[in-house]
Amino acid sequence: MSRPETGRKAPRSKGVDGWLLSAPALILLIVAASGPLLIVAIYSVLEKGDYSGVRWILSGEGWFRVLFERDIFDQTISLADANLSIFWRSIKLSIATTIITFGFGLPTAWFIATRPARSRAFWLFLITVPFWTNLLIRTFAIMEVIRNQGILNTFLTHFGLISEPIQILYTDTAVLIGMTYVYLPLMVLPLYAAIDRFDFRLIEAGYDLYASRWQVLRGVILPIIKPGIVAGSILVFIPSLGAYVTPRVLGGGKNMMIGNFIELQFGQGQNWPLGAALSTLLLLVVLVSLIVYTRVSSKDNTNG
Amino acid sequence: MNTDIAIDARNVGKIYGSGAGAVTALGDVSISIKKGEFFTLLGPSGCGKTTLLRCIAGFETPTKGSIHLSGTDITYDPPYQRPVNTVFQSYALFPHLTVAQNVGFGLKMRGAAAADVAQAVDRVLALVKLEDFANRLPQQLSGGQQQRVALARALAPEPQVLLLDEPLSALDLKLRKEMQSELKRLQAETGITFIFVTHDQEEALTMSDRIGVMSAGALLQVGTPHDIYDRPTTRFVADFIGETNFLEGSVEDHQVRIGTGDLLAVPLEGETGPVTLAIRPEQVSVTSAQADMSGKITDATYMGTDTHYTIELKDGSPLVARIQSKSTATFDVGDTVGVAIDARAVQVLKS
Repeated sequence: MSRPETGRKAPRSKGVDGWLLSAPALILLIVAASGPLLIVAIYSVLEKGDYSGVRWILSGEGWFRVLFERDIFDQTISLADANLSIFWRSIKLSIATTIITFGFGLPTAWFIATRPARSRAFWLFLITVPFWTNLLIRTFAIMEVIRNQGILNTFLTHFGLISEPIQILYTDTAVLIGMTYVYLPLMVLPLYAAIDRFDFRLIEAGYDLYASRWQVLRGVILPIIKPGIVAGSILVFIPSLGAYVTPRVLGGGKNMMIGNFIELQFGQGQNWPLGAALSTLLLLVVLVSLIVYTRVSSKDNTNG
Repeated sequence: MNTDIAIDARNVGKIYGSGAGAVTALGDVSISIKKGEFFTLLGPSGCGKTTLLRCIAGFETPTKGSIHLSGTDITYDPPYQRPVNTVFQSYALFPHLTVAQNVGFGLKMRGAAAADVAQAVDRVLALVKLEDFANRLPQQLSGGQQQRVALARALAPEPQVLLLDEPLSALDLKLRKEMQSELKRLQAETGITFIFVTHDQEEALTMSDRIGVMSAGALLQVGTPHDIYDRPTTRFVADFIGETNFLEGSVEDHQVRIGTGDLLAVPLEGETGPVTLAIRPEQVSVTSAQADMSGKITDATYMGTDTHYTIELKDGSPLVARIQSKSTATFDVGDTVGVAIDARAVQVLKS
């Protein structure tokens, strides 16, 4: 049964076949990604239910409550400082996480990419080892390191470097340490991929043309591995912004990030429209920052 | 201090690693390269010529000896402080920069004003005939054009010495010939000292003012192309540059008796005992008449302008003769012929 003709005919009906072939993926995307998003967007403009859930009445209350709050007694309207400071803290911590992971990730990726080809696989394997354990467990492990009677403070007091334990746990610093640890591999791997393709002879060319070490880094290496820097930053920044477990465990109840705040609305807060509005807003913040970031980073390519 | 010397390398050695695994890339090389000279380091791969070049550029630090540039010791200066630029074998053009930005890179890094950089870039691009490509990216250029950009980039900062690391090896034959004359022209126009590294003996002979032949980390002979070709001092140089027949013999009565028992009146300078004669194929003539020696033709290869005959002498040693194809007499394999050697042109090497 040889049917070479049909095989040759296939490209002609590619248009229809292409759609049919990608139908499973498309359906999955619509059902599993766009569908839930749509539900979230719709819930954000509905009225909140008595205990939880929503009532199917159109209402701007959810979005209103993102930015403003009403006094329970005299109904005066004021800016929701608490909400805004949570947003601001999330953005601040995410940017800091991105910068710190880049600071640690660049030398790490450089180190791996400059090893002999045989041992690179081993180093990359080490980078992925943390993924083998549940995020929650790893976060508790960090907690064990930084808590007042933890490894770090015991060590420092033992050697007389400090007299009182440093309060790290339940501060923004703790959240930052936790997120840097968790997201570091997401920075290292794309940086490694970019440095791996980098032609190291260009460094000699730079030195030969009177560029100092710093000038070679700024003028040759960083512009060429920029796709890796952009990818790594996006991979770290976006999940940082929506982080839930790390700020929940290491930040305690006080130092919430957007993720925890959203969870609060669907749980104790029993305000689903507000939660939905916050989620939608988070999505928009991510989208806008992505657009701005890619615009800016592709722009300074031209004046090299 | 001789002010005509651009690069003066004194007893330069480079050993990689240590202990039992140590590899000697350069033994003990001393060389003086004059200002404005087109100097070629010639040798097979692994002979140390690139290591020597990299020591001059500053990418390697010699493990012994010193390198002086116009009388100043630069042995331990980092590459970015040496007025020396390199044209890399791989070109190593910056892929994210345009041709003009690549060419202007060195001047910009040295802190030249933007207007001066732009002016220099225009001038150098005109020199290599790439004015119309200033705003292209390197990957939009052909190999030959990229080569010119690499050349322009290294020339733009007006270095005292330009180092060229096998820059033509990636080009096809026709382009290579073009670039050879282009390089000669650029060197004449700029007056910069060129140090050119190649394993191609023909390239070295046609382009250089002087050649240094290297082998196994040692500099064997330095001289003009004529010196190197006509008066090789070692068997390696005679063999590496052009084709050479070697005949063993020993000195007797101011002549050399070779394996066949014949005596050759070669020019001797006091050599005694066993010697090796280096005989170029064009110094051997073949006749159907009686001559000094005789032999049998075992191979005849027509090469266009020339025909190469391999002749087996009486004692069995082979001798290659190159005869111009236009010459009237032609021979076939198996013919017994008379062989004459232009004894005055024979080079005597100590065995």
